[in-house]
Amino acid sequence: MRKVARLSRFNIASLALGLAFLYLPILILVLYSFNASRLVTVWGGWSLRWYHEFFNDRAMIEAAWMSLRVAVASATVATLLGTLAAVALSRGERFRGRTLFSGMLYAPLVMPEVITGLSLLLLFVALNAERGFWTVTIAHTTLTMCFVAVVVQSRLGSLDRSLEEAAMDLGCDPVRAFVAVTLPLIAPAIVAGWMLAFTLSLDDLVIASFTTGPGSATLPIRIYAEVRLGVKPEINAICTLVIALIAVVIVIASLASKLSSSQGESAAPL
Amino acid sequence: MSSRRIFARPARFAAIAPYVWMVLFFLVPFAFVLKISLSQTAIAQPPYAPVFDVTAGWDALKAAFAALSVDNFKLLGSDDIYVFAYVRSLTVAITATALLLLIGYPIAYGMARLPKRWQAVAMVLVIVPFWTSFLIRIYAWINILQHDGLLNQVLLALHLVSQPVVWLSTDTAMYIGIVYSYLPFMILPLYATLAKMEPALEEAASDLGAPPWQVFWLVTFPLSLPGVGAGVLLCFIPIVGEFVIPDLLAGSNSLMIGQTLWLEFFTNKDWPVASAAAIVLLVVLLLPLLLYERLQKRQLEQGR
Repeated sequence: MRKVARLSRFNIASLALGLAFLYLPILILVLYSFNASRLVTVWGGWSLRWYHEFFNDRAMIEAAWMSLRVAVASATVATLLGTLAAVALSRGERFRGRTLFSGMLYAPLVMPEVITGLSLLLLFVALNAERGFWTVTIAHTTLTMCFVAVVVQSRLGSLDRSLEEAAMDLGCDPVRAFVAVTLPLIAPAIVAGWMLAFTLSLDDLVIASFTTGPGSATLPIRIYAEVRLGVKPEINAICTLVIALIAVVIVIASLASKLSSSQGESAAPL
Repeated sequence: MSSRRIFARPARFAAIAPYVWMVLFFLVPFAFVLKISLSQTAIAQPPYAPVFDVTAGWDALKAAFAALSVDNFKLLGSDDIYVFAYVRSLTVAITATALLLLIGYPIAYGMARLPKRWQAVAMVLVIVPFWTSFLIRIYAWINILQHDGLLNQVLLALHLVSQPVVWLSTDTAMYIGIVYSYLPFMILPLYATLAKMEPALEEAASDLGAPPWQVFWLVTFPLSLPGVGAGVLLCFIPIVGEFVIPDLLAGSNSLMIGQTLWLEFFTNKDWPVASAAAIVLLVVLLLPLLLYERLQKRQLEQGR
């Protein structure tokens, strides 16, 4: 009797409903971004009108540019720091302050963004730092390096250590063994970490609101301001563009991990 | 000395840069929150007093410490707005987490029962919305839930209602938004434990004559408890501090603590009280945060 383990009708229904719930709202949004009608809810035929509107909206374009710059800069620094942190945690055995270190790396993952944002703003004010690109980038780096560290660390944890040990037995010093053997093996996780950091930064509203200054709003801040005033069809177009950008990023990430997984083991899930 | 030990030393040096960064931009900022929560409110820029000045010498430092007060915390306890906000935040988080568990469990269970190849596809399908902007997903629901939105159009067309239902700016809308945004956080840890489970255990129970609901309740569910714990914590903690979803989807009559904090900070410019509110929020969340960290550690150790 293998009744239990098999896929029941209930399983299929709950899966299908769950996925429909996750995807329908996004599909509807994308569909309506091509709507010619000014009324968001009335279908007036296909049109690129709202995309045109977005590309003529200087404030929105500036915000999008700011968001992109912050996302690239913070994701890059975060990947560097996060990877170092992951290496230290999974290969460094015991060192002084290790518990504090791992605690600091896990806390931002779950802590409400309002608290992280508030505390960073208080720091920047106390330092008398001019708020804008740099402060948002620092804030995003702090948040996203923790995600990178978790992704890379889980990959390092599943790695067979005998590979590194073999390289060292053959005369590599630890640093060379890491660069020549470990780094290529965890490369997909590092790429995935960068992508995750990039999208998290692109997405963040709360922390950016706290740490940016007047005149340097990111895209989510602008979208949020517009949405609070009511639904505008132009927002549908911007959102669709962001979704498309993230889709491209995901495709690149999965290609990168597929490329390297064909050489070795399976890739990290994220 | 094993090669493993030799490797450990340079790996320790790798900690230096991220360590310094986290101390500077994570730990030190908290010291500021704590300090400002103990300061007096002032109509100035920055709006708190006294301002900490390290260069002023020891006596100035002592004077600054003497000026610290717990008035802001007393205010939080005596002001109904804050008490209500904390209670509401906890109520919303508990309700939403329960809903997430109820909705997420069958989905994760269905995923774990799929053939291996399809499991990977289903997992990607669950993760992708997590990569899509969270603000965009909330905005998508505003499109659907507004007065002349798609939901009301469908309900009217099906003659299920005779006139448009008010969805937007209600708690229903807020719960839909929260469940929608946090569903992947609930599904993934649940799926991780359910997929690892040995099917032979369920088969054995069923062979011994247990009806399906007993198999589930006595075997499957208890074995999935680590996943349940991780999913519940992963959703509960951030929902307590949630700001954007209730702001955009819920009515304006009762605020959650995240919104209250935001208003106090940006609109009232009362930074000391906002800081005190943040500290109380953190203390409220400390227990679940520590629980989460322990679970995370255990999972990492099991993964090895």
